[in-house]
Amino acid sequence: MILDGKCPTGPIETSWDRHRFDTKLVNPANKRKYKVLVVGTGLAGGAAAAPLGELGYNVEAFCYQDSARRAHSIAAQGGINAAKAYPNDGDSIYRLFYDTIKGGDFRAREADVWRLSQVSNNIIDQCVAQGVPFARDYAGYLDNRSFGGAQVSRTFYARGQTGQQLLLGAYSALSRQVKAGTVKLFVRREMLDLVVVDGVARGITCRNLCTGEIETYWGDAVVLATGGYVNVFYLSTNAMGCSVTATWKAAKKGAYFANPCYTQIHPTCIPQTGEHQSKLTLMSESLRNDGRCWVPKKKEDCEKPAGQIAEEDRDYYLERKYPSFGNLAPRDIASRAAKEQCDDERGVGPGKRGVYLDFKDSINRLGQATIAERYGNLFEMYEKITDENGYKQPMRIYPAPHYSMGGLWVDYNCMSNVPGLFVLGEANFSVHGANRLGASALMQGLADGYFVIPYTVGGYLATVKPGQVKTDHAEFKKSVEDVNADIKKLLSINGKKTPSELHRELGKVMWNNVGMARSKESLTEALKLIPKIREEFWNNVKVTGVGEEFNQQLENAGRLADFLEFGELLAKDALNREESCGGHFRTEHQYDDGEAKRDDENFCYAAAWEFKGAGKEPELHKEPLKFDNVHLAVRSYK
Amino acid sequence: MKLKLHVWRQKGPNAPGKLETYEANHVSPDQSFLEMLDEVNEVLVKEGKDPIAFDHDCREGICGMCSQIINGMAHGGQDRTTVCQLHMRSFKDGDEIFIEPWKAKAFPIIKDLAVDRGNYDRIIQAGGYTSCHTGGVADGNALLIGKEIADYSMDAAECIGCGACAASCPNSSAMLFASNKVAQLAVLPQGQVEAKRRVVAMLDEATACGFGNCTNHYECQAACPKGINVKFIAKLNREYLKALLP
Repeated sequence: MILDGKCPTGPIETSWDRHRFDTKLVNPANKRKYKVLVVGTGLAGGAAAAPLGELGYNVEAFCYQDSARRAHSIAAQGGINAAKAYPNDGDSIYRLFYDTIKGGDFRAREADVWRLSQVSNNIIDQCVAQGVPFARDYAGYLDNRSFGGAQVSRTFYARGQTGQQLLLGAYSALSRQVKAGTVKLFVRREMLDLVVVDGVARGITCRNLCTGEIETYWGDAVVLATGGYVNVFYLSTNAMGCSVTATWKAAKKGAYFANPCYTQIHPTCIPQTGEHQSKLTLMSESLRNDGRCWVPKKKEDCEKPAGQIAEEDRDYYLERKYPSFGNLAPRDIASRAAKEQCDDERGVGPGKRGVYLDFKDSINRLGQATIAERYGNLFEMYEKITDENGYKQPMRIYPAPHYSMGGLWVDYNCMSNVPGLFVLGEANFSVHGANRLGASALMQGLADGYFVIPYTVGGYLATVKPGQVKTDHAEFKKSVEDVNADIKKLLSINGKKTPSELHRELGKVMWNNVGMARSKESLTEALKLIPKIREEFWNNVKVTGVGEEFNQQLENAGRLADFLEFGELLAKDALNREESCGGHFRTEHQYDDGEAKRDDENFCYAAAWEFKGAGKEPELHKEPLKFDNVHLAVRSYK
Repeated sequence: MKLKLHVWRQKGPNAPGKLETYEANHVSPDQSFLEMLDEVNEVLVKEGKDPIAFDHDCREGICGMCSQIINGMAHGGQDRTTVCQLHMRSFKDGDEIFIEPWKAKAFPIIKDLAVDRGNYDRIIQAGGYTSCHTGGVADGNALLIGKEIADYSMDAAECIGCGACAASCPNSSAMLFASNKVAQLAVLPQGQVEAKRRVVAMLDEATACGFGNCTNHYECQAACPKGINVKFIAKLNREYLKALLP
């Protein structure tokens, strides 16, 4: 089937304004008759629930954490982009739009990206009004920094904790609505099923993580803002609880999953130290503003302390390969370049899987105090984890899975192919194409939440009658039975391996075969191995305790069960996409200099997969991508 | 290295609890404290025993989910460090470690080391925000905010809401927690409009939740993994006084 994103036609500059005008409205007195469920309270979910409540809808919001303030958006460090052009350096909405399309390697929808760029400026104003303490200069104006993939300074920041401050802004707006009674908050709830009645999303089934009770909630619309899936690699920069569960359950109920193979490997993470490791820690890409990446030119120097390697024996490989963007090359390019150096046996640190990020020159130029003011918390974090002082010796970094550009397929209204099911933020596939630029995730989450969904959910609700299906419907009862059956099955296996052992096995298969570089051979291998682990999981996993209690092993096992199905789809999508683009690098498709080689003739489309049953072939639906405002070009940062 | 752990085990909110002893025999100095507990749990699961329940999520010191009292100190007592960022290199072979949940009436235990911190959310819901509507706000540069003020506001805003302050206070006071939100907003022009109403509402809510008052022990500041200063409590007191004046 050919999918239609239903983007407005005509001049792109006015597309969102025209679409907003054409979108139907719900009369203020009628809004309170509708109920909207919002799953996830990160930047997208928190920012969606608050204005929906303000508008007068009844909102019920859910998160698996113990508070709406803890979603993993909180860990974003560097900043948020906006096209304010305050520094007078040539920025504009068009330039942000262009950079985002190009950064995504021409695999995103133009209209969605234009809208994102347009509302980016409103986001900054909104956050300032909430009391977000953005960095300011001595005259009192908002400060900007540079980020990868852009030649202008458009990134707004709050020390090294921008995600935290923006999330707390959204959380405070949400808290205000909780107080006002328009939003009801359900914490420590994990969504385990989407309830679909006659093809329309009507509610969700959750597990109360404190009591183990299975609960159902009805809504006239369901909004998923449940984040990304890179924990499929086991080791990633995501929080431990991040999973594909909510979106995968929706996929199993008919929502198409788009471009799952677009995963981002972030270049500046702290290298792994051993098998015991439970997660990887990212350090903001903003470090590349002042840090220089290098490895020794000679293999024999790799064992020496960095200080003993002479300047002329250092290979500043990003500056060498990409003179115009240098250390600020986009993430996919910087990550692959680091891997190349290590594959060339010039890596440093344990296992030689690391490159240096050196601040010596910046400290000499600006002084340690300035560097500490910009990145102090990152140096502190680095020292806590590695026991090394980044001011005195270069940091060691290595790429790690970080973000998923793929997600549930949505149209221009952020609605999936299942009517009534909306998907926001990292959970959808919409704006980042095959690679996300730094400081754009925060922008997307808040854009979708504050400034897109309040209009588009209204447009949908205006076409449906409120409260048509409630939790007494047979589909809700069936959903509870299905969820209970899955839990019972997990608890009854009583095998020999723990969920985390099996998750680690899956992670290794994914990282080695579906990681930074993929080939037909490696993907075929992954597609052989993943079902084997899945089979072992369903025969040999050991989950202790019972369902009717606080049971973290059961939570982990449930999430892993979904990763084991989803991982296969990810590998299938990667195998299908016979080209390299952005974060998806197929070794068969590269130029002589090792750069990604796109195939616009055959793959200029979004791949949306329809679930056809566990172990069965999913069906591919394509949404062709049209570029009327930017020219498809080879992405160059040289 | 080898360690002996004494861990608080409690089946549920109303069940009796006690310290149980476990051995951790293959601890690497590069492990985080939570990774050490993960390994203890793996052993327990394989033995068919109930693993230790504890809250955690981001494991990079920012989400505020992890919450343990280690050897009597919230987050283990290392300067500006959450449990998840505490590494085993700060312990030595043969150490005995006592691990307990947050201790405060207003943070009831759910299971083992996991507690309910919903009362912190209630304090924010009482007034920890500016009542701005989404959309229709002024340009971000319309009101200038001096760097010193923006920095002061950011210092206060670093709070991760973990609960270590109240859990360490002999009065179980949530004053440091409430004060940083009060101070963050009180110095910004966007927050000043509602400053009086905010401070009163938040303090009233804290009392209603069962948190105690501040009697200047400063344990909160010592325990805070973000190093938030008690000067914000002084700021809160000044704001409260201003609110009481006609």
